[in-house]
Amino acid sequence: MTIQTLSIAGTSLELIERGCGRPLLFLHAGEGPAPERPWLDLLSQKYRVIAPWHPGWGNSPLIDGNGTVDDLAYLYLDLADQLGLENATLVGACFGGWVAAELMVRSTARFTQLVLVDPLGVKFGGRDERDIADMHALPRAEYLKMAWADPARGEIDFTKLPDSELAAIVRGREAFALYGWKPYMHNPRLKRWLHRIDRPTLLLWGAEDRIVTPAYGEGWRLAIPGARLETIPQAGHFPHWEQPEAFVAKVSAFLDAGGPG
Amino acid sequence: MRVWYFSEMAYHPAWEEGIKRGSLRVVLPNSNYDPQIGHQLLNRYLDEFALCDEVGLDIMVNEHHSTSTCLTISVPMALAIIARETKHSRLLSLGTPIANRPDPVRVAEEMAWLDVLSGGRLEMGLVKGAPYEIAPANSNPANLMRRYWEAHDLILKAMSTTDGPFSWEGEFFHYRNVNIWPRPLQQPTPPVWMTGLSVETGRMAAERGHVVGTLLSLSAAGPMFAAYRQRARELGWTAGPDRFAYAAVVGVGTTREEGRRRANLAADYVRTSPIVAEPFTNPPGYNSLAANIAMLKADGKRGGFVRDRHGNPVDQTTASIEQLIESGTCFAGSPDDVYNQIKELHDSVGGFGNLLMFGQGGFLDHADTVANITLFAKEVLPRLRELNPEPKTAVAAE
Repeated sequence: MTIQTLSIAGTSLELIERGCGRPLLFLHAGEGPAPERPWLDLLSQKYRVIAPWHPGWGNSPLIDGNGTVDDLAYLYLDLADQLGLENATLVGACFGGWVAAELMVRSTARFTQLVLVDPLGVKFGGRDERDIADMHALPRAEYLKMAWADPARGEIDFTKLPDSELAAIVRGREAFALYGWKPYMHNPRLKRWLHRIDRPTLLLWGAEDRIVTPAYGEGWRLAIPGARLETIPQAGHFPHWEQPEAFVAKVSAFLDAGGPG
Repeated sequence: MRVWYFSEMAYHPAWEEGIKRGSLRVVLPNSNYDPQIGHQLLNRYLDEFALCDEVGLDIMVNEHHSTSTCLTISVPMALAIIARETKHSRLLSLGTPIANRPDPVRVAEEMAWLDVLSGGRLEMGLVKGAPYEIAPANSNPANLMRRYWEAHDLILKAMSTTDGPFSWEGEFFHYRNVNIWPRPLQQPTPPVWMTGLSVETGRMAAERGHVVGTLLSLSAAGPMFAAYRQRARELGWTAGPDRFAYAAVVGVGTTREEGRRRANLAADYVRTSPIVAEPFTNPPGYNSLAANIAMLKADGKRGGFVRDRHGNPVDQTTASIEQLIESGTCFAGSPDDVYNQIKELHDSVGGFGNLLMFGQGGFLDHADTVANITLFAKEVLPRLRELNPEPKTAVAAE
């Protein structure tokens, strides 16, 4: 797998580019892009997939050693400019869905469609209700039960991984906390501006996601004008990993139709 | 050597329930706390601190949150009372977890106020705090040390600036008019302390001339103190023993058996301390990359900080008093035993001028605690003072 490093806005960004056809910028989940899982191969058979490692994950350094989700939104707007993306699709999963929404409320100029996959980032409920499960208060086994329809598929035997991969996992965990610790995995002001997303939007949800449930997805559907919510059975928080064929089929049906039906 | 008596003011009646549920901290509901018993305990513990002044010991107070192990939730609140009840003891705040505090200027105010109230007896620890303190404070662990250093710099500037107000527009903290009243009695600031377990902490403390303290583990103290001395030499000064502190559980008795019995009761602090619900033990970013890689390779099993003389982890939750003596976690026995154990550890780490004495813990009752404090002050303290005479003038941090 070929990994490129680009210099964007004075920072360096690691990314994979694979496939040809319409450009599709994929913003990864809190656990990282996991390009070795089948989603990337399947998606890149139809599209030119551009999948960066967010600053802090993989070998992409944090921006100025710190940073917020705002920084990521601007960074990816700069990336889209630098790559000259036209009529591109923006896909964001989990944490990447939050970043994608932040990007699109700023500018939709380079993107014609948006796909949000079990996104974090918004608060709909009251101040004493949890919209997003506290992933950092759960033992790993509990977390896997909430994030996967089949928890066994999410298990990783860390003792078998080389140090370089373990380092990437540790850095990613740290970055996820940096961007999302408080307020927990959301921007209290984002909901107010979701109406600015003036592009056809598909909300794809793992039917068995208990990190953010399909009911939370319904909140997103109501907040983004004309958005459609579809669920993928036998999938949790990461449908692109757990049901990659169904995920790619849903995405391509949406893109081929040119918008929500 | 100075000896600083210390108790976490535990609420041990809840420990059995906490052990049953697998966490004494963060997630143990406070229905397990009986405020009437708590009232008795807090007042008793403060009496024990006051006794230290009469017998010539100095005093240390720390704080934790959302836990049955330590009911001191505010160092300045406890020290304010102790300052009024004592005349001679120096008062060590060890300390304020400044990266978990939203308002560093408030910390500077409180410390300056305590210093004035106590007539300049305050020593001021600015600490990182334990990993399970992240959840009660809900502070971001991923940039904890960046925030720590900014708070540290701001607190020291606020305490030592006499021609304010000044403005501060940093990465984390923003003030337009900093001008604290009162200012501290000890100028420019009371002595500053840091704590930790790593060589890196030793180096960082040396760069600022702060006192550095470590706890309960002989194998951590040696390398940390050595790193401090080395960094001080590189910077052109010699670190005296007054720059180093070591914390251990102390149980002394008229006989070896009595001393060991007291230490064994107080050592339940060490045994219960690591019993914490797993997700709160290692928040992302709190521990180093290397430490986290090692933990993943070990399949999530992490060693505590108590290590034997060869650096191998000792299971804190089940350690016997003999193991804890061996690891330098406890000093226990007759006055001679305790002195000899302290001297041996002292010599093996190149000397330290401050002993932080866990002289009470959990089920060690009032009568035993009073006897422990009194006997230690009478029989051990005078010999420790000779072991390492204090410098004639205290060296304040820059």
